[in-house]
Amino acid sequence: MKLWIAFWNILVKDMRTYYLKPPNISWGLIFPLAWTGMFFIKSGSGLESILTLLPGVVALSILFGTTSLLAVTVTFEKKNRSFERLLLAPIPLELLMLAKTGGAILFGVANAFVPVIMAAFLADLSQVAWGAFVAAVFMIAVASTFLGLFIAVAVSEVFEAQTFSNFFRFPMIFLCGLFFPIERLPVFLKPLSYMLPLTYGVDLLHGAVNGGHAMPIALDLSLLGAFCVGLFAVSLWNIKRKWIL
Amino acid sequence: MGADNKVAIEVQGLAKRFDDVQAIAGVDFDVRVGELFGFLGPNGAGKTTTINMITGLARPDAGSIRIGGIDCSDRPRAAQHLVGVVPDESNLYAELTGFDNLCFCAALYGMGKAERRASARELLDAFDLTKAADRKFGVYSKGMKRKLTIAAGIIHKPGILFLDEPTTGIDVASARQLRQLIADLHRAGTTIFLTTHYIEEAERLCDRIAFIVSGRIVRIDTVEHLIQPIQERHVVQITCANTMNDIQGKLSESFPELECKTIKQGLLRVVSKEPVRVGPLVRFLEDHGAEVFEARRMRPSLEDIFVRITGIEANAMRKEKEKAGGGQ
Repeated sequence: MKLWIAFWNILVKDMRTYYLKPPNISWGLIFPLAWTGMFFIKSGSGLESILTLLPGVVALSILFGTTSLLAVTVTFEKKNRSFERLLLAPIPLELLMLAKTGGAILFGVANAFVPVIMAAFLADLSQVAWGAFVAAVFMIAVASTFLGLFIAVAVSEVFEAQTFSNFFRFPMIFLCGLFFPIERLPVFLKPLSYMLPLTYGVDLLHGAVNGGHAMPIALDLSLLGAFCVGLFAVSLWNIKRKWIL
Repeated sequence: MGADNKVAIEVQGLAKRFDDVQAIAGVDFDVRVGELFGFLGPNGAGKTTTINMITGLARPDAGSIRIGGIDCSDRPRAAQHLVGVVPDESNLYAELTGFDNLCFCAALYGMGKAERRASARELLDAFDLTKAADRKFGVYSKGMKRKLTIAAGIIHKPGILFLDEPTTGIDVASARQLRQLIADLHRAGTTIFLTTHYIEEAERLCDRIAFIVSGRIVRIDTVEHLIQPIQERHVVQITCANTMNDIQGKLSESFPELECKTIKQGLLRVVSKEPVRVGPLVRFLEDHGAEVFEARRMRPSLEDIFVRITGIEANAMRKEKEKAGGGQ
């Protein structure tokens, strides 16, 4: 059987049905804009602070974009039983879930470039290391998507997925070094920061945009990769345990 | 499926427990190639759980399942390729059109673009849904949804089709059309595993039937063999205006050769080995204050057998199901 046909069609179906809908596109535009505006005003500094804010806004856009949509593409489909149709098809579960999450990863990557495009009109981005930036964006998108998947399969209702997502998302805003350096956090919170995948993604982004990493690039990438593998594996285990009874 | 293998589905010692409920308790059966096999039982008997285990949506605690000779625990994906499943609820994508839904389902089985588009058009035509092809599935009527769900189940041309309560909750005309479609699929050689709570539907369509109650199969046989023991019996149903509960005893005393039973208020069922002489019976009832409206000879049906074997009134089972899933 040509598995790539199934993979591609699941991905395209999700993109058409969920991601390319006007409310989601506007979410992708408005949300980063709102965050950028909020931190820009809060910082009280001039346009020169844009490059400092950009990594945090990019990371947030990816995190919120991907985790919010997984609740729909997975939890909602499970709830209305259309997910059963996918489970009945002769596709390995790993491939099926990669197809289901592929759309969210692409959506997350696209979301990341909305604040970048906005920043390009206001600041000089010539110093950005684009290779490292794209790699960081991709890795954050994958890790966030798999975090969204982990949440989506841990609950049974869409609203539960949204609330449970916030349990992870909001602490990440403050603990992962997006807008406040981890060094400035109270000592007892620092270990928590290093337990969150976004910390390593944001470190990569800060390095790509402003230069200077808190941790070696290889370590950031390895740990992000480990989070991706771990979250995906736990999600698959949860699906097998909870959905294939 | 191997041509030399005459068994399409082979289930042995299947068991499944949910917490403290033994949902399936050692079920054995086989379904032959090309057969239309009925699986009958009340709500909660284990019909859907059995289908889920066979199709890979649930894991058995014990037992073995072979589909087309393939052991489902060893090669589940290969087995899934051979089957089509129509679940008890239409679960296609509300946002996609009928045509796109069919194409998507075909793609899940690796069918190429040209092939799946041609198959989708062919099925829409066969199921009389061509005019609705470009409408979103979400706006389809219940009957149309069921038809499209069946079409989605067979678009990859499976040799074995699982139909879980296909006519529940749809109008009479659509149900009749669906039964015709099922009969056509059967004639075309598809092996069909049908669960239903409409006993007359099973009687009309199925080659063999299994009765399942509380997770156990209580009887499997051909419809002909199941009905045989009651075929020589004569059944008359009498409808009256007033209650006859108090005269049932007197009836049995006066007509010891007859087996009389009040089915419900105003409805009496009389069973006899000999043809029932209706005249004396009606006179007796009227003499005892009953106003008789109708005396009708009933054809012995599978329903009688079902009630006898399972002890469950078929009407009660139907109402219970319709309350849960909408009436037919």
